[in-house]
Amino acid sequence: MNYLLNNLPEYSAVICFAIGFSILLLNRNMIKKILGLGIMDSSIYLFLAVKGYVAGTVAPIVTLAEQAAGVDTTLYTNPIPAGLVLTGIVVSVSVTAILLALTVKLHEEFGTLNIDEIIHMVREEDRRKE
Amino acid sequence: MLFVQNIVSWSILLLIVSGAFTAVLNAKAAKYLSTIVIALVGVMNIFLLKYFLGGGESFTYSMGHYGAPAGNELRSGALEAAVSIVFCFVMLFSLIGGRKHIEEDVKGKKQNLYYISSIFLLCSMLALVNTNDLFTAYVFVEINTITACGIILAKEGRQALAASTRYLIMSLVGSGMFLIGICIMYGATGHLLMEPIREYVLTNIEPGSREMLPVQVSMALFAVGMALKSALWPFHSWLPEAHSSATASSSALLSGLVLKAYIFVLIKIIYRVLGIEVLSGNPIFDILLVFGAAAMIMGSVNAIREKDLKRMLAYSSVGQIGYIYLGIGMGSAIGIYAAAIQILVHAATKAMLFIASGGIMDVSGGSKKFKDIEGAGKRDPFAGAAFIVGSFSMIGIPFFAGFVTKYTLVSAATQLAGWRMYLAFIAIIVSTLLTAIYYLMAIAKLFGGENNSKRPEGFKFNIGYVAAIIIFIIANIVIGLNTDWLINLVDLGFSMFA
Repeated sequence: MNYLLNNLPEYSAVICFAIGFSILLLNRNMIKKILGLGIMDSSIYLFLAVKGYVAGTVAPIVTLAEQAAGVDTTLYTNPIPAGLVLTGIVVSVSVTAILLALTVKLHEEFGTLNIDEIIHMVREEDRRKE
Repeated sequence: MLFVQNIVSWSILLLIVSGAFTAVLNAKAAKYLSTIVIALVGVMNIFLLKYFLGGGESFTYSMGHYGAPAGNELRSGALEAAVSIVFCFVMLFSLIGGRKHIEEDVKGKKQNLYYISSIFLLCSMLALVNTNDLFTAYVFVEINTITACGIILAKEGRQALAASTRYLIMSLVGSGMFLIGICIMYGATGHLLMEPIREYVLTNIEPGSREMLPVQVSMALFAVGMALKSALWPFHSWLPEAHSSATASSSALLSGLVLKAYIFVLIKIIYRVLGIEVLSGNPIFDILLVFGAAAMIMGSVNAIREKDLKRMLAYSSVGQIGYIYLGIGMGSAIGIYAAAIQILVHAATKAMLFIASGGIMDVSGGSKKFKDIEGAGKRDPFAGAAFIVGSFSMIGIPFFAGFVTKYTLVSAATQLAGWRMYLAFIAIIVSTLLTAIYYLMAIAKLFGGENNSKRPEGFKFNIGYVAAIIIFIIANIVIGLNTDWLINLVDLGFSMFA
């Protein structure tokens, strides 16, 4: 139980990852898939951010004001995961944008957001051509 | 530092800058710029390979001179340089060979967008091949996915739209797994650069201990993520649609290069991040072996059932990707050699076949169904010759490129023990037979029938297409005749790898 409580953010991140992952993979609705992608990516960023956090430390920016106030500046949180999260957010924003644009196009062309129906329609058209 | 060592970063930066610059150019200027830049990068990498072949050591290039652990590094050796050269030139000749189709399929003003996509695609693949940092690999994996989606979408149509959506979704599932694998690896070792991870795992983590578990989990996530993105059976469902609905150049690039870039990242992770000795006995190898063998057989079975030329080639890619995973799954050094050789050989062969299939569609009224392409090999002798050479190469007949893969793969299989050896041999034999069946069926269709050798009226051969086909044919035969040279090159590359 103690183990669970100590690693609570990691556990919640992994559970969210599983939820987002299954929605992205299994849900038929394009919009829900994109929501799943958002949940999945955010959970990974939570996981990364937690990995960089060291309890009871300051941000890795040391100013004179902090030194004057007597804050222990030798211990600071790891800045690399924060940088990675920022990069990751940029990547996932661009991917989400493309997926949304594709969804708009799909709805214009096929009149539905259900990916299974769309695949079925494309296959039917292909068969009719033969 | 030697001057020649700048080439790795320069080729990536040159591609990024020219890709961005292409956005403001018109279609014609974009065409010339992309051709020149890609050729230039290829030639630069030839100089790099010459440096390695002349006894040069592999090197690490710190971007901005910030070293580990915070800096970002590129790394190059003989294998990376060779793969970069193959990627550049296959890209160049795929674009030249499919130029006519690009101009027909892509709407006028959007053509420069196609060249932007292809330049960034090459850029991301070179970065994936040369990077020494896992998170950079993730970023370029995503760029690769987006640009690949762009070149599928270039040919407008309902089929391409649905195919690229499926491709994007499966790819995102894969890159999500790759990213969480990186995060777990970072949590377990505290490093993102490949060599420090390896050192940390070797010195601080005992094999079989509880600390090893996260490393193994992240390895499994890397393997499954990359398998999803490179269409290992049974994750291949998106591939035939995406590869067959795109324009000829896009199909060649997707089948020939994009899948290989991901697999090369996986090979780097296995070989450089963790090392074969750390991973030996890891069940992930057995899983890759079994799925690789299944892909070899199932891809070929599906290809036999196809009645559409480009879909048949796409399923053939599923089978050929299986060969690469079979080599990786053997978990031995020689198995990975075979996988690396297959990456190089299949890139050259499959790109040629897809470009040739574009030519066949031209002389068959735009159709790619088997019933319409009867006799197309006589109407377009270049495509016919390319199909014969490509088929022989895929089957693995000596003196053609594919033979060297089969040869190294079989010699790797003899070193396995127990059920793994039987599985590998059965898969290789069955898959070779099935490959022979469907490629010979396709050749029979291309040269069969009567009174169908007359070209459509006013048909003229595109000079770029003819040149690309001839160069691809020569490349395949040259590789097939210089088996030892290729094996030595890969051997040298892997000796620099670790």
